[in-house]
Amino acid sequence: MSGLSRHSVLPGFGLSLGYTLVYLSLIVLLPLAAVFAKTMSLSFVEFWAIVTEPRVLASYRLSFGTSLLAALINTVFGLLLAWALVRYSFPGKKLVDALVDLPFALPTAVAGIALTALYAPNGWLGQFIQGDLGIKVAFTPLGILVALVFIGLPFVVRTVQPILEDLDSEFEEAAASLGASRWQTIRYVVLPVLLPALLTGFALAFARAVGEYGSVIFIAGNIPMVSEITPLMIITKLEQYNYAGATAIAVVMLLLSFLMLLLVNGLQAWTARRTGRNR
Amino acid sequence: MSIQVRNLQKRFGDFTALANVSLDFPAGELVALLGPSGCGKTTLLRIIAGLEQADSGQVLLEGADASDTHVRERQVGFVFQHYALFRHMTVFDNVAFGLRMRPRSTRPDEATIRRKVMELLELVQLAWLADRFPAQLSGGQRQRIALARALAVEPRVLLLDEPFGALDAQVRKELRRWLRKLHDELHITSIFVTHDQEEALEVADRVVLMDHGKVEQVGSPEQVYNQPATPFVYGFLGSVNRIHGQFDAGHVRVGDDRLPHSPASHNDIRHGSDVQAFVRPHELDIVTDTDSRAGIAARVDRVLRFGSSARVELDGVDSLSGQRFEVELPDSRLYALDLQAGQNVRLLPTRLAVFESNPGLPGGKTA
Repeated sequence: MSGLSRHSVLPGFGLSLGYTLVYLSLIVLLPLAAVFAKTMSLSFVEFWAIVTEPRVLASYRLSFGTSLLAALINTVFGLLLAWALVRYSFPGKKLVDALVDLPFALPTAVAGIALTALYAPNGWLGQFIQGDLGIKVAFTPLGILVALVFIGLPFVVRTVQPILEDLDSEFEEAAASLGASRWQTIRYVVLPVLLPALLTGFALAFARAVGEYGSVIFIAGNIPMVSEITPLMIITKLEQYNYAGATAIAVVMLLLSFLMLLLVNGLQAWTARRTGRNR
Repeated sequence: MSIQVRNLQKRFGDFTALANVSLDFPAGELVALLGPSGCGKTTLLRIIAGLEQADSGQVLLEGADASDTHVRERQVGFVFQHYALFRHMTVFDNVAFGLRMRPRSTRPDEATIRRKVMELLELVQLAWLADRFPAQLSGGQRQRIALARALAVEPRVLLLDEPFGALDAQVRKELRRWLRKLHDELHITSIFVTHDQEEALEVADRVVLMDHGKVEQVGSPEQVYNQPATPFVYGFLGSVNRIHGQFDAGHVRVGDDRLPHSPASHNDIRHGSDVQAFVRPHELDIVTDTDSRAGIAARVDRVLRFGSSARVELDGVDSLSGQRFEVELPDSRLYALDLQAGQNVRLLPTRLAVFESNPGLPGGKTA
């Protein structure tokens, strides 16, 4: 226990640790425990029947599938955006930088209505996309993807940005002077340094997307088996006063999300070990 | 391989980094680019490497114009001030990087790479660190690894940008000697940038002194130290006393005093024009006989007695009040003089270098 009772300049280790534990328990653990407790009122057969209903299964596929895809898209384009913001100076750069945070700041319902208005068959963009290209965006899984990409954008940008700022262009110059091509420089010098931050950004964007409700619900159209997301299934159960059923689905979501985050954390630990940061 | 640069010009906005620089770097020499920060030395090095493009002018590598070739194709080894080691790779992988990035057709097999990398690590005496990460090394070790990495691609020239700038004094000195020794073994044409005169004079075969984007002097360390070509070089290398006066036949007038000089070496200076005269501290003698009209009047401020020679600091009097003088004397001479603080003396230069004052030149940089 010598590690815990080390003397430091500022006192209050015991107090702050205690506070941290109590706070975390109240804010995070207690509600989670309540979800599990409520679910316990169901028998396992009942539980299994609810969480494997075809409509619910379809919603898992949709929720996790679109979230995964949205997080991937955000990882690629968030990296590009961060790169442009860090490496180049252009007029209005400060404004663009501020705009990145807009999806954080905007109430999700506002985002949802705005996107629906834009992509609806008679909307500004929707009429061209649907009319000229024949692609239906609003009220389809594609619309959900658009909303999830929108709300997930800041995560990758904001996690990668500081790392990129730290990454001196000297490293790229060193690679080039050693004969590496542009692609090799990106593949072997830049990306490995950014990988942990990219993974973090990806995980955050993904977690946000899985839990997103407000911005998705308008544009999704909520067609059973096609465009119903899992959070909507929970709301539907709640509206039918089926609290136990709602928590049952919530538990499944919780476990799946937890599993995903665990996976990403494991990946991060692995990359950190590989780059010698933990030694 | 020899390097030539011809009429290089480079501007960054309003700032002129290089103003028409032409230089020859003969094959096999170790050359120092020396100057204060902002003098354009690093820009010159980066243009030679291909990391920066000149606005106009040419870079010739072995006589062939390389101005338009990419840094990748120039086969130069570049060592950065802050090492720029890839922190996610081990020391071994860092050194092997250049070999592994080669196109498949010219890439050696893994066994050859391994042998080559270990040879280089032996050369920089750090083979035992092969499996460490850069973060686990000291500054001096990192810079040696950076050098091994640059040498791995068998560069035709080695360019070092303030290679010891980020190291502490002790390690600096050690690495300096080590670099000189390494160069004597490898004989690869090398250019290194530094703002440390001691470093340049001690390590280099030749020194290029730069200021404000221009070359002030090129020469061996002895030449640039003993025969500075311009006031800037006088002021930059070693300590020196600078005296302002008017030029006359046979002497420089300083207030009511006159300092003799050898007129033959200054026959291009107009009579009556404003000049600055430079005297090294060891080229000034102190005379206690104040009735003598020779030399210039000064008052002793402090006598610093340590090391093999003693230093005397003096204040100018009359028209030179406010000016500081520094004189270096052998201990025995100081003993004979028996100087007291506040004593009035006269200073007599044994050698005087005179330059016409250029109003455009920033003055008062007496070291």
